[in-house]
Amino acid sequence: MHREAKLGLILLLTPFLLWLSLLIVIPHIDLLLVSLRERVGVGQYEISLGNYLTFFTEPLYIVTFLRTAVMSIFATILTLLIGFPVAYYIAKMAKGRTQSALFLLCLVPFWVSELVRTFGWMILLRETGIISNLLQSVGLAQGPVEMLYNDAAIMVGLVYTSMLFMVVPLITTLESLSDEVVEAGYDLGGSGFSVLREIIIPHAMPGIVSGSIVVFMLCLGNYLTPTMLGGKESLWFTELIYSQFIVRFNWELGAAFGFLLLILSSVIVWGMLRLTGQSLEKTMG
Amino acid sequence: MKNQTFKLSMTVAVAAMLSAGAASADTLRLLTWGGYAPEDVVAKFEAETGHTVEVTKSNNEEMIAKLRATGGGGFDLAQPSQDRIAGPQAEFGIYKPIDLSKIDASLFIPSMLEATQGNTTVGSDVYGVPHVWGTSGLVVDTAKASMVQDYTDLCASDVAGKVSYRLKRPTLIGFAFSMGLDPFAAYGDEAAYADIMSQVEAKLIECKAGVKTYWGGGDELMGLMRSGEVVASMAWDTGGWKLNSDNADITFVAPAAGALGWVDTFVLPAKGKADDAAYAWINFVMQPEVAAMITAAAGNFTASKGADEFASADLKARYQGSFPAEAIDNIKWYPPVPAGLEAIEGGVLDRVKAAK
Repeated sequence: MHREAKLGLILLLTPFLLWLSLLIVIPHIDLLLVSLRERVGVGQYEISLGNYLTFFTEPLYIVTFLRTAVMSIFATILTLLIGFPVAYYIAKMAKGRTQSALFLLCLVPFWVSELVRTFGWMILLRETGIISNLLQSVGLAQGPVEMLYNDAAIMVGLVYTSMLFMVVPLITTLESLSDEVVEAGYDLGGSGFSVLREIIIPHAMPGIVSGSIVVFMLCLGNYLTPTMLGGKESLWFTELIYSQFIVRFNWELGAAFGFLLLILSSVIVWGMLRLTGQSLEKTMG
Repeated sequence: MKNQTFKLSMTVAVAAMLSAGAASADTLRLLTWGGYAPEDVVAKFEAETGHTVEVTKSNNEEMIAKLRATGGGGFDLAQPSQDRIAGPQAEFGIYKPIDLSKIDASLFIPSMLEATQGNTTVGSDVYGVPHVWGTSGLVVDTAKASMVQDYTDLCASDVAGKVSYRLKRPTLIGFAFSMGLDPFAAYGDEAAYADIMSQVEAKLIECKAGVKTYWGGGDELMGLMRSGEVVASMAWDTGGWKLNSDNADITFVAPAAGALGWVDTFVLPAKGKADDAAYAWINFVMQPEVAAMITAAAGNFTASKGADEFASADLKARYQGSFPAEAIDNIKWYPPVPAGLEAIEGGVLDRVKAAK
């Protein structure tokens, strides 16, 4: 009996362990090894830290990384600001069928692929697009208005793409907040703002933290939205990695960039958690 | 429990056998460009030879990256441009030599076959034979921007805010020629090439203010030109001719500095498993009638001898309109790219993209 239980455990764990080792651990080891090679001649390689040095000595790469990180943080904050009221309404105010219907509305955009959603935004925002034409016909704009190919367009795309990943954890945590606690807050003379600040937000903190981490990581690792909606200057760090691998045949530098993205983004998440006095254990528990 | 384990291992064994059986030598895994293996050609080939064809559409860079990732496996026939064969072969060893005795040389335009073989020779082995050729140059809305006659005209103030091009190597090469430099002559000398590229970089940064956006894919460019948001752009000849069939004002213009000529080839990946099917495919698609079907689908002419007769009159008329005799002589054919130049160009492209 005991042996059978053990076998069952092994069988259950095998897919997970295979997935972890074959698709995550081994490729990362390989990537690390590639990133430590430097091309010295045709088909000749040497072990060196040169690729990592390139990142820190070429201002372009650092600036691009910082730009990507700052815009991702901004997109996360924006998503939180928009997502919180939505989640609160769905979790606390809406009841029954309205609640499910509203939740479904948040889900609907994710039934089509990210590519199609991005094309949708391009149709809306472009110079000859729907919004531009609408503004002209209403008389708010004299000529065609170009809203595509700038950082604001990227921001719109990022927030739209990651909204669901913020709203879902928020709804889950907010639903567990009982209405009596909120009522008690008002009974004790609290204003709307102080109830929000001292009762609702502290309760929703695990949802806010986990939602923010997911959204931040998604934005940082997004490739499609910044490339398609962005303008002439809008370099995104993932774009750099792609072009090193595919266009430049420089896998060594690309691998180093990939590792730096992994390390630096982990550092940013860790720093943010420290800064806000949160910890992963608290969020998960 | 024991019985279940046995069943499980049986299922795995059967699944393994089935998948091994499916990968017979008769499947040709073709890595190619959109339009080079139209469905009617594939169907005809499958009916005539009994082989089956699996088509994967890609582009130069992705083809090489894919083959590099597997050491030349996963595909039986690939179609990179002729300038991207010798360098990657020397660097990564992803192709295998072509057995010219298995190719029917009489189907090819002799000068083209010879030139491609010369450009794709590494050591004493030939790695490529030509298939489809074409050029890149300018696509211009002649009603609104007829003054754009050369690559650097894209920087003119008349068309500021209404031009587009790709941030890729053809742009660097085209601008260099247009500035009176000869990048191809400097291919062998990294320092001289880096110098030319730094001049091009300065020019492209200067021109950046007037660029609407850097286009990424053919469809994006089509959208920009059709909507009139862009009136002049760098593009492939077929893109211009396709737009010309919708809007007679827009057409492909061979730039004064010369259109850039490319030849896409057939190469055998190093670990290809169906060489016979690959040779059969090459000899099949180079027949004039079949080559004409590919021309109809891709919009570009092939290296097949006599296929011109079967090409549509529309396409021929557009081709002659864009290419007067002297423009054909002025085409700058890409020589093989030596390994290592991509790194120089990559730095330039990154800095142009990041510049304000």
